[in-house]
Amino acid sequence: MVILIALEMYKDSAESREMFGFGFIFSSEWNPVTEQFGALPFIFGTVVSSLLALLLSLPVSIGVAVFLSEIAPSSIRSPFSFLIEILAAIPSIIYGFWGIFVFAPFMRNTVQPFLQSYFGFLPFFQGVIYGTGLLTASIILAIMITPIITAVTRDVLKAIPVSQREAAYALGATKWEAIKMALLNAKSGILGGAVLGLGRAIGETMAVTMVIGNKAQIKASLFEPAYSMASVIANEFAEASGSLHISALIEVGLILFGVTFVINSLARLLIYSVTRNA
Amino acid sequence: MSTPAKIYGPPKNLARRKFTNSLMITLCVVAGVVTILPLLYIFFYTTKSGLSSVNIDFFTQLPKPVGESGGGMANAIVGSIILIGLGSLVGIPVGILAGIYVSEYSKSIVSTIVKFTTDVLSGIPSIIVGIFAYGIIVLPMKRFSALAGGFALGILMIPTITKVTEEMLRLVPQTLREASLALGVSRWKTSLFVVLKTASSGIITGILLAIARAAGETAPLLFTSFGNSFWQTSIDQPMAALPLQIFSYAISPYEEWHRQAWAGAFVLIFLVFVVNLLVRYVTRSKYGAS
Repeated sequence: MVILIALEMYKDSAESREMFGFGFIFSSEWNPVTEQFGALPFIFGTVVSSLLALLLSLPVSIGVAVFLSEIAPSSIRSPFSFLIEILAAIPSIIYGFWGIFVFAPFMRNTVQPFLQSYFGFLPFFQGVIYGTGLLTASIILAIMITPIITAVTRDVLKAIPVSQREAAYALGATKWEAIKMALLNAKSGILGGAVLGLGRAIGETMAVTMVIGNKAQIKASLFEPAYSMASVIANEFAEASGSLHISALIEVGLILFGVTFVINSLARLLIYSVTRNA
Repeated sequence: MSTPAKIYGPPKNLARRKFTNSLMITLCVVAGVVTILPLLYIFFYTTKSGLSSVNIDFFTQLPKPVGESGGGMANAIVGSIILIGLGSLVGIPVGILAGIYVSEYSKSIVSTIVKFTTDVLSGIPSIIVGIFAYGIIVLPMKRFSALAGGFALGILMIPTITKVTEEMLRLVPQTLREASLALGVSRWKTSLFVVLKTASSGIITGILLAIARAAGETAPLLFTSFGNSFWQTSIDQPMAALPLQIFSYAISPYEEWHRQAWAGAFVLIFLVFVVNLLVRYVTRSKYGAS
C-alpha cells in the first residue's frame, strides 16, 4: 500500500520534475500564472511551524506524562487520560475553526502586542500583527501534538521498572530526582514520541491552512503569514490551472510523503527499541 | 544510575533539593492543567456557539443561499454517512484481515513488515492519501466522486482497525486456539470463527474509533469527493460531507454560515466524544481498568 502510494505520486509528478529538476526544492518562486513553481516557501513554513510546535509541546507533554504516571492519584488518573485522548480525537477542522475565530483574535489583541512590546528588538517579533501567521499555527499544532507525545512518554515511563525508582528512594532521593532518573532512562523512547509528534505536525493540513495565513513568503518574523506544504496542496489542488500546476503540487506532496515516511519510521524504531523489553 | 554520588550529595544541599522537587512537581501539575484548558475551552465554546443553531432544520434542510435564514446541512450529513459507508467497505475487511495476519501468524518476517508498515501508514498525512485517491480514481474517471472520497477514508481507517484487531486477538487465550485445532478445525477457520468471534466486541469498538476519526477528516476529501450543495446520493458524483461544509462555511465571510459551521462542529465533537466514552466504557468493563 505504502509503496503503491509512493509510486503513484512519483509517476504523477513526472512533468514537474522534468521541468524544474532539483531546483524545485530551492526556488522560492511560486506563480501559477507564469507557471513558475518552487517549493522553498512551503518547506520553510512547514519546517518552522512544526519545529516550533515541537519546542512548545515537548516540555508540556513530558510534564503531563510525568503527572499522569508518577504524581496523580489514581482516582483522577483515569478521567484525565480520557480527556487527553479526546484532545487527540478532535477533528483538525475544529481546531482550525476555533483557531480562526477564537484563538487568532486572542493572539492579535493580547499575546502578540505583549511579545512585541517586550521582545520587539528580536527579528522574530517584528512586523505587522495579523493574528494569523506562523506563531499562531505553531501554537495550535502544539496543542494538537501534545496528546501524542504524552501518550508515548507515559507508555515508555511505564516500561521502566518500579524497582529502579525504589532503589533511588532507598538512596535518599527526592521524588523529582527519582523521576528524573526514570526520564533519563526513557530518553530514547521520549525522543521517539517527539519525532512521532513532529511527523504529525508536518502532515497536519486543515488546522494549519486555516490559521497560517497562506502567503508564499519567507520572513524572519513569526507574526508574518506563511504557507505550509500540506496547506498549499489543500488550497490549490482542486482548482489548479493546467497539468503542470497539478504536477508541481503532487511533487510537493511527494516531498511531504518522503519526509513523513522517514520521520515516522525513525520514531517507530526508537519506540520499539524501548518498549520491546517491557 | 551512573553517578549516584554526584546526584545524591551530602545533606547540606537538602533545602535546595527539596525546593527543586516541589518546583518540578508543581510544574508537572501545571502542565497537566495547561493541556486540559484548550480542550475544555474548545468544547464549551463549540457547545455555546453551536447548540443554538442545532435544530430540526439543521438535520433536514438543504443549505440556503446567503441572506436567507434557516437551512441546514442535511445533504452534508447524508453525504458523510455514505462516504463513511464506502470507507468502511474498504477499511474494515482489509484492516481486520491484516490484524489477524499480524497476530495469528506473527512468526514470519512478513508480518513484522506488515506491522511496521501499518504503524508508518498511520503517520502518513491524510492529504497525501487524498492525492493518492485523486491519482488512481479521480484522474481515470475525469471527475470528482464520492467513490474516491470513500476510498481515501477507507485507507485512513486501516491502521486503526489493524492495530485494535491485533491487540484484541492477543488477549484471546492460546488454549482456545489449541482446543479448536485439536478438534481438527483448520487454521483459517480457527482464526476466523473462534478467535475473531471471541474478540469481536473489542474489534467493534476499534471500528467505531476508526469511523469517528474518518468522520472528521477533511483534507483527503477536498479533491476527491469535492463537496456539493445539493442532494446527491449517487456515488460516482461529487458529494458533500460535514467537515467539508464546515470548512467552506468557516472561511466564508457570512455570519449566518459561521453559525451553521459551529453547529456542524458541535455535531462532530459530540460524535467524537460519545464514541470515545462508549469505547472506554466497553473496554473497561471487559478487560478491567487500563
